[in-house]
Amino acid sequence: MAAHPTSNARPDMNAFVASRRTFLKAGLAAGGGLLLEFALPAMPRAAAATTSAPGDALLGAYVRIAPSGAVTILSKNPEIGQGIKTMLPMLIAEELDVDWDQVHIEQAPLDAEKFGRQYAGGSQATPLNWDPLRRVGAAGRQMLITAAASSWGVPAAECRTESGRVYHGASGRSAGYGQLASKAASLPVPDLKSVKLKDPRNFKIIGHSKPGVDSPLVVTGKPLFGIDVTRPGMLYAVFQKCPVFGGKVVKANTDAIRSLPGVRHAFVVKGGRDPQGLVDGVAIVADTWWTAEKAREKLEVAWDEGPTATQSSAGYAETAVQLGKVAPAVSLRSDGDAKSALARAARVVEAAYSYPFLPHLSMEPQNCTAHVHDGKAELWAPTQNPGPGAQLVAATLGIADSDVVVHMTRCGGGFGRRLRNDFMAEAAWIAKTVGVPVKLLWNRTDDIQHDFYRPAGFHFFKAGLDANGGLTALTDHFVTFGNGRQVAASAGMGAEEFPAQRVENLHYGMSLIPLGVPTGPLRAPGSNALAFVFQSFLDELAHAAGRDPVEFRLSLLDKPAPTSSRGGDARTFDAGRMRAVLKLVADKAGWAKQVRSRGTGMGVAFYFSHLGYFAEVAQVTVARSGEVKLDKVWVAADVGSQIINPINAENQVQGAVLDGIGAALGQTITIERGRVVQANFDSVQPLRIDQAAPVEVHFLATDHPPTGLGEPALPPAIPALCNAIFAATGKRVRQLPIDTGDLKWT
Amino acid sequence: MSYSILINGARRTADVDANMPLLWVLRDVLDLKGSKFGCGAGLCGACVVHLDGKPVRSCQLPVSGVGQAAVTTIEGIGDTPLGKRIQSAWLDVDVVQCGYCQGGQIMSAAALLATTPHPTDQDIDAAMSGNICRCNTYLRIRAAIKKAAAMRSADQGSL
Repeated sequence: MAAHPTSNARPDMNAFVASRRTFLKAGLAAGGGLLLEFALPAMPRAAAATTSAPGDALLGAYVRIAPSGAVTILSKNPEIGQGIKTMLPMLIAEELDVDWDQVHIEQAPLDAEKFGRQYAGGSQATPLNWDPLRRVGAAGRQMLITAAASSWGVPAAECRTESGRVYHGASGRSAGYGQLASKAASLPVPDLKSVKLKDPRNFKIIGHSKPGVDSPLVVTGKPLFGIDVTRPGMLYAVFQKCPVFGGKVVKANTDAIRSLPGVRHAFVVKGGRDPQGLVDGVAIVADTWWTAEKAREKLEVAWDEGPTATQSSAGYAETAVQLGKVAPAVSLRSDGDAKSALARAARVVEAAYSYPFLPHLSMEPQNCTAHVHDGKAELWAPTQNPGPGAQLVAATLGIADSDVVVHMTRCGGGFGRRLRNDFMAEAAWIAKTVGVPVKLLWNRTDDIQHDFYRPAGFHFFKAGLDANGGLTALTDHFVTFGNGRQVAASAGMGAEEFPAQRVENLHYGMSLIPLGVPTGPLRAPGSNALAFVFQSFLDELAHAAGRDPVEFRLSLLDKPAPTSSRGGDARTFDAGRMRAVLKLVADKAGWAKQVRSRGTGMGVAFYFSHLGYFAEVAQVTVARSGEVKLDKVWVAADVGSQIINPINAENQVQGAVLDGIGAALGQTITIERGRVVQANFDSVQPLRIDQAAPVEVHFLATDHPPTGLGEPALPPAIPALCNAIFAATGKRVRQLPIDTGDLKWT
Repeated sequence: MSYSILINGARRTADVDANMPLLWVLRDVLDLKGSKFGCGAGLCGACVVHLDGKPVRSCQLPVSGVGQAAVTTIEGIGDTPLGKRIQSAWLDVDVVQCGYCQGGQIMSAAALLATTPHPTDQDIDAAMSGNICRCNTYLRIRAAIKKAAAMRSADQGSL
């Protein structure tokens, strides 16, 4: 589960690799020049949800070289702040051997036939594209060399390239790519598998910091985001849903609303049961968004709240405590005989951990602009997952997939929220009803109260230590959510969760609480909760055993675990890689030399997720009042052989660490009577600048393929913080968010 | 009702309800999309603009309250030497992740540096804590503000 959280956005990576048949097509671009299209034709049909608009036929994940030598590279995936629009073209440009300042980057259209799946999720863009996109660039370079060599009547092997030119040393001839592009485009495309890739020692772009390509537009306030889209004749919509999840409209005063100044339409929408699609609500469409929003204040709706109205966070917690007292409903893993081993243990440690539902809080509230006419739909959507979004729109409107066009806009944050496309279904339905372009925009309360939450969870632990402080037994009864035997989205746990296979007698079991609240992936899904729970409990055990928390963890990592694949991932968890980053972070933080004083402490944690190995040390100062001040975080990471864009890599890691700290300190979603209590940034707080402390990042290069950085730095930040609080105060945080009232000391 | 507002040095007219917040006049009537909607309650700072050089939450300011004050938005702040330096520092430091909040961050930073040319970390925290960055680029926001301050010193040939 740690490496492969439940998400409908996640393709089956094994199937993906097995079926991947990359090929390259070359042709003349409009206006002359070389066009390279990189395609993944065997991708599952599920992703092929749309067609290009007229005139877009030549666009693809391609390289276009103008006669002037200007190079255009398309970036295929949605940009949500992870820096992908900059990073993917770096891979192509490096092997094409052009200068970065020659390159112009464009967002690719949604086109599954050319690009395969286009999504932002699972920190997967790096591992999936590192090799194929470099080969696209290398193939283009080879064709340009061939074109030059044949023009000059010299062997291609005698030619070299540099900065967008082909050179023949012996004759002293050279030609720019712009001069060669037309001829190159007429040549057969080399086999991608056989193209020669650069020696990484010769990289000029990969491994060199490239600031975000759209940042000049961001800092000058240019329209880039979904919310900034305008269309001729566009109206603005709000959509009021039932505060209780799954509630239905009985009646609404739409006639009165329609009579308000500036309001053009007000109508009830009858939706389905799936919160990932169109659900019941009332749409108000007006000349400006503010007019529609003001009209909502006069809206009166009678709701049939449905069965979820009886659910509450307090009720879930009570149920969890009762379930925790009995045997788990399902066994996830059983090694040895944990019960007997606990009975024999020199010392038994018991602890109950819990964490809350969490929202995503993307700064740009959910929105979508849609125009539906003549049986066709065109949408402008800030989505992480445009392919399934297009399919959802087609299904909602009852039109063919091929009649839906989705334009990807920059997203004002994603964090997993925009893997769901409910807002696209709403915009499409409203636009179809009113017949003109409509921009649907949620307000912040809509956004917080109609999310797909990181699921809450409860863990009931027992562990046995022998007389030497060795861990001999561990059991976890994980009480989570689900209906029937179906675990709620992102609410599961894998049987391989660490320290499985490193404790002789171990049992993981699970019980489910029925849930009417929608859940889904939040940045590092599964891992963002399980890291807190397991790395905190391991810390408790280290202290109970009288052992140093770093040494205790290293001893667990030293234990042989021959079959320790993680979370269904095909790649094996490599304990050696984790040992190395753990030792590195302890060294960088000065762990062994730390000065212990009351109120200040260091905590350590590690976690493997999204193929990344992260170990982190946090230092905090806790005031006598219990107020927590983060002093600093040290991070050691192994994400393979190459950091592709160092300046962004550091930014992602720092942001993810502080994201975890912010969630632990200030965030919870409370359910009462089937609805969310919190409504804005006063009741659920992202971190603010005065809480942000330095985050020192160290990457350890190892001989493994590069992997992603959007998520894996987050999970260990939370237990590192909580373990530091224990070191500072002697108080163990077993429940999130951190209640500073519990941390007072004298 | 018709309002004549001085925005980024140009006079603009909007025929809107007196209670319409300036943010929505800018975004939906005058097509200036740089000021962002984040919370509608003055809690996040994504909508910060300057009124006669002072930072205000445009989501909380009715258009009728603007009066004769000069409005500066993120689209116009680069016309001032200070604004241009800040934008340049933001790019040098590569602050931006998603970028949605950064217009508001820059507007708050510009107001800070106009009154406090050499801010300490505490000055920065106090001036900027009303601006949420959900990507948590705060470390780089601090660095960019300091860089912009240093660029000013360099311009003036002193530190």
